[in-house]
Amino acid sequence: MDTKKDIDAADAKVTRRDFLYLTTGSFTAVGAGALAWPFISQMNPDASVKALASTEVDLSPIMPGQSITILWRGKPVFVRRRTEEEIAEAQAVEQIDLPDPETDETRVQKPEWLVMVGVCTHLGCIPLGNKGEYNGWFCPCHGSHYDTSGRIRKGPAPKNLEIPNYVFLNDNTIKIG
Amino acid sequence: MSDDYQPQSAVAKWIDKRLPIVTLFSGHLMQFPTPKNLNYWWTFGGILTFCLITQIITGLVLAMHYIADANLAFASVEHIMRDVNYGWLLRYIHATGASMFFIAVYLHMARSLFYGSYKEPRELIWIIGVFIFLLMVATAFMGYVLPWGQMSFWGATVITNLFSAVPFFGEAITNWLWGDYSVSGALLTRFFTLHYLMPFLIFGLVILHIWALHVPGNNNPEGIDVVKGQDTVPFHPHYVVKDVLALVVFMIIFAGFVFFSPNILGHSDNYIQANPLQTPEHIVPEWYFLPFYAILRAIPDKLGGVIAMVSAIAILAFIPWLDSSKVRSCKYRPLYRQFYWILIIDFIVLGYLGAQPATGIYLILGRLATLYYFLHFILVMPLIGYIEKPKPLPKSISEPVLSKEEQLAKSGQMA
Ligand code: HEM
Ligand code: FES
Repeated sequence: MDTKKDIDAADAKVTRRDFLYLTTGSFTAVGAGALAWPFISQMNPDASVKALASTEVDLSPIMPGQSITILWRGKPVFVRRRTEEEIAEAQAVEQIDLPDPETDETRVQKPEWLVMVGVCTHLGCIPLGNKGEYNGWFCPCHGSHYDTSGRIRKGPAPKNLEIPNYVFLNDNTIKIG
Repeated sequence: MSDDYQPQSAVAKWIDKRLPIVTLFSGHLMQFPTPKNLNYWWTFGGILTFCLITQIITGLVLAMHYIADANLAFASVEHIMRDVNYGWLLRYIHATGASMFFIAVYLHMARSLFYGSYKEPRELIWIIGVFIFLLMVATAFMGYVLPWGQMSFWGATVITNLFSAVPFFGEAITNWLWGDYSVSGALLTRFFTLHYLMPFLIFGLVILHIWALHVPGNNNPEGIDVVKGQDTVPFHPHYVVKDVLALVVFMIIFAGFVFFSPNILGHSDNYIQANPLQTPEHIVPEWYFLPFYAILRAIPDKLGGVIAMVSAIAILAFIPWLDSSKVRSCKYRPLYRQFYWILIIDFIVLGYLGAQPATGIYLILGRLATLYYFLHFILVMPLIGYIEKPKPLPKSISEPVLSKEEQLAKSGQMA
């Protein structure tokens, strides 16, 4: 009787063995995780890719109604000098109509200059300029229509064309990134 | 069995005692008892093994000349085509081989569906098969990126962007996959590495597939259990010869493509070098992905489309439990058989629609076809098992092929 009681009591207690199991187990898990991380992280954009992450653009040759495409971080960036009508059209839109509501004012620093990443927010094709039902951009891949502010109006893309970080260095130069 | 492999020479005995590898192969590839009524639809397993080995051998030699670098890849493929001795042949075999591989795998899967080869006790064979198919899809997709032409680049862009549909982590995941902020050389090198690796993983799965097959043995066109000995013949020479005959016919068609129209299955835009600033007018995947591409485009929502496309393959793994009928072969399932053919036609229609622009009538048809594809598995398969009255199953696999008199004679003999 006595011995059985002792064993029961010992069972209920935390033993040295339990402690060893748990610590060994947790250290192994942490160690495996720490070892796995370099193998996962090596796939992220590396230092050389990050180093190339900003570009300067000269705006002076661009006339109203024209746009240029430059390469930034391997992606095209559209820089468009909008006409008066385009600006008016972009500003007149009712926010409730939009799948991804944003005012034109929040998408530009100077209304004349629209700077955005030319990558369709659906699956990454490059939309074509001066096309589509909203006079903006049209993506031929699966038929997304963007307006003169680069906002998604129709089609499978969920979001407006992305606005990159940029600053006006002076009236004729911007720095993207 | 008396015809089991018996090592004869002293050397063979010595080896066999320590590593019975010849016994293993002889048991599984020669004596293996195989139902005697298998038709030509059963030859695609052998054909698929041939395809895999062909891809591995041609891939290995291509890899000796190919350079996985964004600036050099396209030129290195042209170098293979123009300068390397027989490079054009090796590349055309490899590129056409991928298409032939998919023709064979689709027929092989359609066979398994028709004859109920996914049912108890063969569920795992089927599920391993679904995984093989998934790896094949990944391998072929990554291989198509390697020549770094316009279709390579934009196909890679569209497909890797599918991951950006993941809520919250989408962008982090795509940047991690790319190793950059867009598709670039970093992606090309990792795709080459994986493209090299995956066929060997497929090879491993094929071994598991056959191992699982050799536990219950082959299903057969009647879909009934066979009696070993009475209903079976040794795999060699009976099915080795049948498989080889089918393989020769397959190779003739294969060679026809390689020598007479090696580019008909590809897209001419892939002979233009990748240009990250210009998307081709129409992006179409390789023909063997078109049905799934049509499903992706049928859903007007980005995440929804991705989920539908992935589910279209994933749902296959659940078929053993979605089909409620105990009868395996569609030969004895008069009602389900009709829906089977509707599914096949539906899949072909999806393939056709995947190549058309996703607008107007094509889009509507695409949605209907997608709807049927899923309804077939979720609704038709489970329900028909309860409604349908199957035809009486034969008592043995010999019954349907023997004439009345022969059967009488046989039963007379037995009595
Ligand atoms: C499941 C087996 C395989 C499939 C389905 C497959 C598929 C493909 C496809 C579709 C291409 C693009 C062909 C083109 O348009 O030029 C390709 C290219 C390539 N593959 Fe494979 N492949 C397989 C196995 C392998 C293996 C095992 C290796 C290497 C050991 C390999 C090495 C290459 C190389 C170097 C290229 C680029 C050269 C070229 O474009 O022709 N492949 N593969
Ligand atoms: S990538 Fe632009 S609509 Fe699909």
